[in-house]
Amino acid sequence: MEMNQYLDLFIEESKEHLQNCNDLLLKLEQSPEDLFIVNEIFRSAHTLKGMSATMEFNDLAQLTHQMENVLDLIRNEKLAVSSQVLDILFLAADYLEEMVESIASGGNGQLNVETVVKQLQSLDGKEQLENVNAPETVQFGKLTYDDYEWTVLSQSKDTDYHPFEVTVQLHKDCLLKAVRVFMVFETLEKNGEIIKSHPQATALEEEQFDFEFTVTILSSNTKEEIEMELLKISEIDAVEIIAIDLSQASEEAAVAVEQVVLPTEKEVEVTQQQTSSFKQQSKHATKTIRVNIERLDILMNLFEELVIDRGRLLQISQDLDHQGLQETVEHMSRISGDLQNIILNMRMVPIDTVFNRFPKMVRQLAKDLHKSVNLEIIGAQTELDRTVIDEIGDPLVHLIRNAMDHGIEKPEERIAKGKSQQGTIILKAYHSGNHIFIEITDDGAGINKDNVCRKAISKGIIKEEEIASMEDQDIYQLIFSSGFSTAKEISDVSGRGVGLDVVKSTIESLGGYVTIQSNEGNGSTFSIQLPLTLSIISAMLVEVENEKYAIPLSSIIETAIIKKADIMKTHNQQVIDFRGKVVPLVSLQSIFEVNDESEEIPETLSVVIVRKGEKLAALIVSSFIGQQEIVLKSLGDYLTNVFAISGATILGDGQVALIIDCNELIK
Amino acid sequence: MENKQHTVQLIVFQLGDKEYGVPVADVLSIEKIEHITRVPGTEKYIKGVINLRGVILPIVDLRTRFNLPEHPYSEHTRIIITKKGEKEVGLIVDAANDVIDVATSQLEPPPEVVGTESFDYIKAVAKMNQQILILIDLAKVLNIEENVEV
Repeated sequence: MEMNQYLDLFIEESKEHLQNCNDLLLKLEQSPEDLFIVNEIFRSAHTLKGMSATMEFNDLAQLTHQMENVLDLIRNEKLAVSSQVLDILFLAADYLEEMVESIASGGNGQLNVETVVKQLQSLDGKEQLENVNAPETVQFGKLTYDDYEWTVLSQSKDTDYHPFEVTVQLHKDCLLKAVRVFMVFETLEKNGEIIKSHPQATALEEEQFDFEFTVTILSSNTKEEIEMELLKISEIDAVEIIAIDLSQASEEAAVAVEQVVLPTEKEVEVTQQQTSSFKQQSKHATKTIRVNIERLDILMNLFEELVIDRGRLLQISQDLDHQGLQETVEHMSRISGDLQNIILNMRMVPIDTVFNRFPKMVRQLAKDLHKSVNLEIIGAQTELDRTVIDEIGDPLVHLIRNAMDHGIEKPEERIAKGKSQQGTIILKAYHSGNHIFIEITDDGAGINKDNVCRKAISKGIIKEEEIASMEDQDIYQLIFSSGFSTAKEISDVSGRGVGLDVVKSTIESLGGYVTIQSNEGNGSTFSIQLPLTLSIISAMLVEVENEKYAIPLSSIIETAIIKKADIMKTHNQQVIDFRGKVVPLVSLQSIFEVNDESEEIPETLSVVIVRKGEKLAALIVSSFIGQQEIVLKSLGDYLTNVFAISGATILGDGQVALIIDCNELIK
Repeated sequence: MENKQHTVQLIVFQLGDKEYGVPVADVLSIEKIEHITRVPGTEKYIKGVINLRGVILPIVDLRTRFNLPEHPYSEHTRIIITKKGEKEVGLIVDAANDVIDVATSQLEPPPEVVGTESFDYIKAVAKMNQQILILIDLAKVLNIEENVEV
């Protein structure tokens, strides 16, 4: 059978299910009692099994099958969720991931799963022993009650409601049994609250019983009253009502516990039904289709053409002054505005797709390092462009590993320092202006500046005399130098001196920065600033002579008009006094070599005050055009490293305007 | 290539009084000249960028590139959009006239006599009736440092 066409789909879906499993396993670790979670994991594992069996990846199917067995035991409360069980499940998930990866990279997904299968089977076997004293059910009269039901019944003692077991015998010739059942239930509901029925309500509805069924109710009415009511229904032969004596029952219960009462198949069904309704409430799985990014790019380019034509059409309709035309064009403008938002948002992906693999990584790493670490994730829904998402994963892995290995101390050490035994790493993402910030904060040892300096000198990264003039930030940045590693012992987690320099170069290649704040003894924060590439940015359009340029609004502080007399000179540099600060004056005209006839400086100058961090500069322009939302585009592969130009955008009239990179203009 | 007589399809364009050719396979489209946005700080022969259906495309003026005197753009001036590898570049030419089939046997290596610099960009010459057609080497014209198949 030709499977290739399904392979991509299989891989994608498997990854999703595995991710889901991992997330849920972590949740289960937090709340081991929660059977809903177990059910969800079961569901994912089951789907995975089915898919891999269809695709004939037998190892994958075998392993998921074993996993499913263990999960089934947990879900039927025959196996307690212990950390040992979780470890094996995590291990199994790791193996599954490895196999899916192997399939994705063209392999056959075969892997020796024997060890982990054995481990899973050993859990499977242990169940037999635990089974004996596992079920905590109470039997009374004809029915068996589980913990929950029993609690409800016991609580009724304090109220006016009394528990009864109602057994109804239908007439042998009864044709529409379900109807009678319905009528009985309706009558009982009028009298009180139905707790349980045997057989299950669904089975009763489907007439899967002979002629007798039992219902447990709580009612404030007397036995006789209920009996009277029920006998009014036709085709009922007999009604037997027993009041449940709770005190007696609880004595019996003690005896009953020793009896092994296996939950019947039907009860399992109920829990399943409960969970499925729970799932529907909690999570509406969003339907998605996968689209090649390239197609989205093409769509966006075409759409921009449409926007340009829209502008022209708008102009024409105004010139013609035809009302019908104008209304249509306006309507079209609104629609294309909405369309624009949708298209731009399509390329945005929540950063969760990167973050979601970290909890498991941290868990494993904490085990390997014998540290206790709690990972907090804030802002996982922050969206950024797909292209950035693809690149940011590895640097973040490095930084988290670094924080765990070098930042967070060993538990003993932490206690000695008066900190809580468990370290905390906070991973936080948020938008600010046209940037996204990702912060990795740990409450570990922080960075020892002297150690860093000494190390950097011994590695020949800096010279001793340079240190005096270095600010804290410069010293911290040293740890990003290649060949730098401060850990005393080399672990395989980090400390090989590769990694952090890669982090810095990757982030810089994306047009971002890494900064470090550290408080020795109290931890460090690594802050990554990244641009939201390929998204719309707000920009100020300016004219330099007859050329149009766009300056990103995020770097503009304000615009001003200055007088020629205000210009001062220091060291061959023209400066102005801007709100008490001396700000260098930068002539865009000379930097961009725009043709200029008049060498004269006019009496008044229009300037745009821009900033890079704390530093300011005033850019001289000929005139301001106005603020506009622009789409950032690259200049292509052919023109690279153009000085002070970060890209280009297409204006309403179809012309191209270059976007000024203020960071390069400020030294 | 199916032909027994191997041929290449060339787009013929004009610069001054000479005719040049570039393989059809390397050409994406031919456009009329439109507004070009100058990009400061680039090579002199890079005229700037244009917006080609939503894509920003760099433009090279072949006259400047071949050290020919500048010439005002006319209604015949065209931009030949070429693609070499991943790089897409537009070339400004005086006119784009024709598409012709040239037998590979008609192509000859460029004459050894080195007169001007521009000879570097010549891949081959073809004698067509009375005219000489110069086949340009795109990679060299665009200064793309890649291993181009010979």
